[in-house]
Amino acid sequence: MHMKEFKIKWGMVIDIDKCTGCGACMVGCQVENNIAPMTKKDPYNYVQALTSERDDADNKLRTLTWMNVYEMSNGKSFPEHEVAYLPRPCMQCGNPACVPVCPVVATDKNEEGGIVSQIYPRCIGCRYCMAACPYHARYFNWWDPLWPEGMDKQLSPAVSPRPRGVVEKCNFCHTRYAKAKDQARENGEDPMNLPEGAYVPACAEICPTGAITFGDLNNPEHKVHQLAKSPHAFRLLEKLGLDPQVYYMSKREWVRKQGDNYNAGDKH
Amino acid sequence: MDSKLFPEGVQRCSFGKFMLWTGFILAFFLWGLYAAVLVLYNGIGTTGLDNYFGFGLWITFDLAVIALGAGAFFTGFLKYILKIKQLEKIINLTVIVGFICYSGAMLVLTLDIGQPGRAWFGYWHPNVHSMLTEVIFCITCYCTVLIIEYVPLILEQKQLNKVPFIHALAHNMHVNMALFAGLGTFLSTFHQGSLGGMYGVLIGRPYAFREGFFIWPWTFFLFVLSAVGSGPIFTVLVCTFMEKLTGKKLVEYKVKALMGKIAGTMLTVYIFLKILDTWAWATGYLPSVGLTFDDMFYGVAYGKWMMFTEIVLCGVLPAIMLITPSIRNKPALLYTAGLLDCVGITINRYVFTVQTIAFPAMPFDKWFVYYPNWVEWASSIMIVAYGFLVLSLSYRYLPVFPQERGLNYK
Ligand code: SF4
Ligand code: SF4
Repeated sequence: MHMKEFKIKWGMVIDIDKCTGCGACMVGCQVENNIAPMTKKDPYNYVQALTSERDDADNKLRTLTWMNVYEMSNGKSFPEHEVAYLPRPCMQCGNPACVPVCPVVATDKNEEGGIVSQIYPRCIGCRYCMAACPYHARYFNWWDPLWPEGMDKQLSPAVSPRPRGVVEKCNFCHTRYAKAKDQARENGEDPMNLPEGAYVPACAEICPTGAITFGDLNNPEHKVHQLAKSPHAFRLLEKLGLDPQVYYMSKREWVRKQGDNYNAGDKH
Repeated sequence: MDSKLFPEGVQRCSFGKFMLWTGFILAFFLWGLYAAVLVLYNGIGTTGLDNYFGFGLWITFDLAVIALGAGAFFTGFLKYILKIKQLEKIINLTVIVGFICYSGAMLVLTLDIGQPGRAWFGYWHPNVHSMLTEVIFCITCYCTVLIIEYVPLILEQKQLNKVPFIHALAHNMHVNMALFAGLGTFLSTFHQGSLGGMYGVLIGRPYAFREGFFIWPWTFFLFVLSAVGSGPIFTVLVCTFMEKLTGKKLVEYKVKALMGKIAGTMLTVYIFLKILDTWAWATGYLPSVGLTFDDMFYGVAYGKWMMFTEIVLCGVLPAIMLITPSIRNKPALLYTAGLLDCVGITINRYVFTVQTIAFPAMPFDKWFVYYPNWVEWASSIMIVAYGFLVLSLSYRYLPVFPQERGLNYK
């Protein structure tokens, strides 16, 4: 398999044993990336009244959640029952399933850093990439975004809101990356060699338990470089060969087993 | 009232009766049109699709009608390139059915994509690695070819054909039809294949992913074969349905049986390879990614029964029926086999579209069952109604069946 290699490879290591499932990362992501809240009524759409209402947030299959927290269970009953929470951003796969299928190159992995990009004005909304991504990391804009009055004042200026009919997904808060590089240039530093902490996505920054560590997987000076090599580290669905840039870690064996595909432990 | 417009020497029902029939079809058409307008105005949030099922009824419908419309290119190939003379008695109908299926599929696709205004981006920013790019290219080109093949038939309308220029034009187009048949064959083979390839390359979806042959996964070839194994017999079914409706004989049975034989032969090759493919997938690929055959099925909606219905009841059985001359030569049995064949191909397109993405790839995911809502049904039915309209008008006013006069009025 031919894979593009990048000198810098931004990645995350998420410690599942630290995650309490509080959902702060989800909220941080919504705010940072101008993800519109789900509203039932659209005051600007007159024909809408003739059909169904728009979805509100209780339809989890229609919400936009670039960062989504899943619940895992060891499947045992009470005294032995255990749960774990698994936050899932886009994995920024090294061998992404979504990129080669897009008919119009609206999504690509070509920039230094190895982040899978998403170009909204080019996406035609065919949803082929959603069918391709097994992590359900891609989200479709079912409705035109709508911010309740007043809330629009809090939009982040760096991120473009998306129209309905295009697919969007986590991009490791790419605008923060751009900003960090600009900052480095201003300070006369090398934007291609950012120190740890100069660029951190919103979810990692907001996480109260420090479960999410972010950095350059290729850079030995970054914490993620070591963490990803820990014996407790694993990646989701390794066997399918998508080569994610997001690692998880847990000391609990059942968690690791569940994450690394179904029959982990088999030799292949 | 409109009898001057009828093809030479045939009878048609009264104008009033025809209007009644057209009105009946129009009712369905308008219902679907209402749904389509809502989709374009409100966005596809109005459908039953969601983030789990990005593909649903529309894509299944598309793939199915495109496969069934394959009669056009394959019959054209046999008639013009391999020069099987007998097929000229049904070739006009295959062209019309193909035209309806393809143009209908394109209409549905316009509704299906989230940004219809950007549909042309496939040409402007093509991704040469994407099977879907290939589909977009071939499908639009091939639809154009079908229009070119359909036009001479319209020009042969009795009154139009009296105009010398039109007469000459129609004649000239006919002379060059072999060229378009060849072009159509090429384009259509490729995009039937890429439609299959679209699923075969989904590395993250173990239900559909297949190993490759050159740059194509197996599914590429399986889709081509299954399309030519069902398209011709679908045309026969359409023709028979029209005969029942009009009470006239339109094509002699010999031709239908020949189409059955052609479809049956291709279906046999297909189903043989399909069984091999399923075997290799279940015993080779699935274990290699830590999955079992049983993991792939769930409940009634995604049960194994569906796979066996597709492969055995609607695959092996009609294949045997169609290649056995004594069975094929009995009309009732030929039509039964044809129906089973078409149902089987439709199930195939359904499971590849829906079951593939319903499978919970992440271990802590669960199966979801997808239900299309009325908007999706109505717009799909709109396409069927559109097909009925085109077919009814063509039959009434255009010389579609060269044998009609001979078979009905001695
Ligand atoms: S997680 Fe999904 S969307 Fe993200 S790079 Fe991988 S395949 Fe693409
Ligand atoms: S939905 Fe957009 S990004 Fe996804 S494959 Fe289609 S055009 Fe590409």
